[in-house]
Amino acid sequence: MSNKPLLNVKDLHISFGQVNSISHAVQGISFKIEKGETVAVVGESGSGKSVTAMALTRLLPESAHCKITGCIQLEEQDTLALEADALREIRGGKIAYIFQEPSTSLNPVYTIGFQIKEALDLHRPEVTDQQAEAERLLDAVGIKDPRQTLNDYPHQLSGGMQQRAMIAMALACQPKLLVADEPTTALDVTIQAQIIELLKKLKSEQEMSIMLITHNFGIVTGFADRVIVMFRGNIVESGPTDEVLKNPQHPYTQALIDCIPKLGKKQDRLTTIDYEKITG
Amino acid sequence: MSRIREVIVAVWDRKSGRALLILLLALYVCAIAAPFIAPYETSTQELGKAFHPPTSLTFSEGRLAVRIYQQTNKDLNLFEPIEGKIAPIHFFSRGYEYKILGILPWDRHLFTVDEAHRIYLLGSDSTGRDVFSRLLYGSQISLSIGLIGISITLFFGFIVGAVAGFYGGKTDFVIMRLVEILMAIPGLYLLLALRSALAPYFSSTKMYLVIVIILALIGWAGTSRMIRGMALSIRNRPFVQASEAMGQSTTVILFRHILPNLSSYLLVAATLSIPGYILGEAALSFLGLGITEPDASWGLMLSQAQEARILMLNFWWMLTPGVAIFITVMAFNLLGDILRDIVDPKFGINKS
Repeated sequence: MSNKPLLNVKDLHISFGQVNSISHAVQGISFKIEKGETVAVVGESGSGKSVTAMALTRLLPESAHCKITGCIQLEEQDTLALEADALREIRGGKIAYIFQEPSTSLNPVYTIGFQIKEALDLHRPEVTDQQAEAERLLDAVGIKDPRQTLNDYPHQLSGGMQQRAMIAMALACQPKLLVADEPTTALDVTIQAQIIELLKKLKSEQEMSIMLITHNFGIVTGFADRVIVMFRGNIVESGPTDEVLKNPQHPYTQALIDCIPKLGKKQDRLTTIDYEKITG
Repeated sequence: MSRIREVIVAVWDRKSGRALLILLLALYVCAIAAPFIAPYETSTQELGKAFHPPTSLTFSEGRLAVRIYQQTNKDLNLFEPIEGKIAPIHFFSRGYEYKILGILPWDRHLFTVDEAHRIYLLGSDSTGRDVFSRLLYGSQISLSIGLIGISITLFFGFIVGAVAGFYGGKTDFVIMRLVEILMAIPGLYLLLALRSALAPYFSSTKMYLVIVIILALIGWAGTSRMIRGMALSIRNRPFVQASEAMGQSTTVILFRHILPNLSSYLLVAATLSIPGYILGEAALSFLGLGITEPDASWGLMLSQAQEARILMLNFWWMLTPGVAIFITVMAFNLLGDILRDIVDPKFGINKS
């Protein structure tokens, strides 16, 4: 490959707990994310996908006795070796997050405008007209009346609007990589489609990479360039989206794809994953 | 801060809440306006009129007037009103000079009588000082000590508690064990020990400040434990993590994201702990370790009521500071209960 990848994770181990009760959440995974690429990390609950995303900027709480080893190379920097101040520059500035539950990810006591301006203060102090910039951002994420919305409190917005506001906050920092941790799980199906469309549109406009974390193969199709499938703390399969979906190699991936209900196919029961078959 | 406004509006909407707010507001207004309302200064004596009973009021020629008393028994300090002799009350008349809020000099008073006579709405004490005036001046100390004390307590309690709750782990463990050590020392003994240790370094005028600091030093431990628990739970709310993920610094997260979300709980905690400060000051002054003569505080005034003859001869007006303490403490406690019902509906009994 000619130019270096944006993010290069090598042999990442993450474990929680102390001596007699260690749980290994992530067991030596390696992956790359290129500039402008969308990578979907797919896996069931507890497979280690969110923990991996949090570990990128060392967001895991110290009180959980969490141990991270390996190497996370973001452009030229190793984020695991950074001091707290340098780390704060990266959080939001280079890697921004969108979380699952928009209603709780916004601080209930401040207006949307205040929270977007807070992000601007942190990572783009050069912006002089914050009001105009905040309005532009809300407009970019498809909010109809940006000026009004800036003065609204989170509870005055619908779930979809809140998630749009969260995306606007993340965009405010102009990150290189947007980590979307199950951004659509808490939303209903039509809104899910809208949010995914929005992320697609923004990606092409902003030239950023997206790391989409999901357990839903449905939203991966037609959005992600590459898929990484995680199972019990390991990457079991990765490759271009179409290939993985058409020709899954690992039995777990096959099982996951089989779980998607198919249109027109009659089923008495929905398919579930038979773990004995996978782990042998 | 819109949350605090919401809570206050909710209190106002309840009948009992409104009554308590008005009562407390009235108490504080009286305390601030004490020099204007009080007809005499705290130290104005009249040795010939010790333990004068409250003067009765009468109407004469359409004006309010006080009856004039004469001493009938010098040993027992008994007074009888003289038939037909009265002194008219002057409203908004000139009296001793004072400063409004400590700045603007003024000499008008709500009511006075001619200088030859005395008006004792709540009787006089052993040196003929007006109990009503002293009660008003005393309220300045007793009421403000709660507010200042709780401010210091909340400040330390928040910083220590929020840091412990936010960082968790070892930091939390060490801080909380230290707090527990402080809490394990019996409060009153610590109070007395600190008071006597600090006493030589401060003049009696500064003692007011010292008492506040001592009370706050003892009080912050419990508050910080409570705040720590709340910070621990708010710390795990997604918006705090989102703010961290955005690269916000810890200090800003503590003050901008955690503190406002605690504000309504802090309001409850503050209201419920103010009585502790009022009682603490009263206890210190009662034991002669707090405010000293000739200044007035409710505790100090009560300590004068210990004399046996006050009980024997039924000088009930000497006990009015106790009534004042009782009313204030009750009002704060009841208001705190109402606030807690509003902020945390799980505890509420009446939903209306």
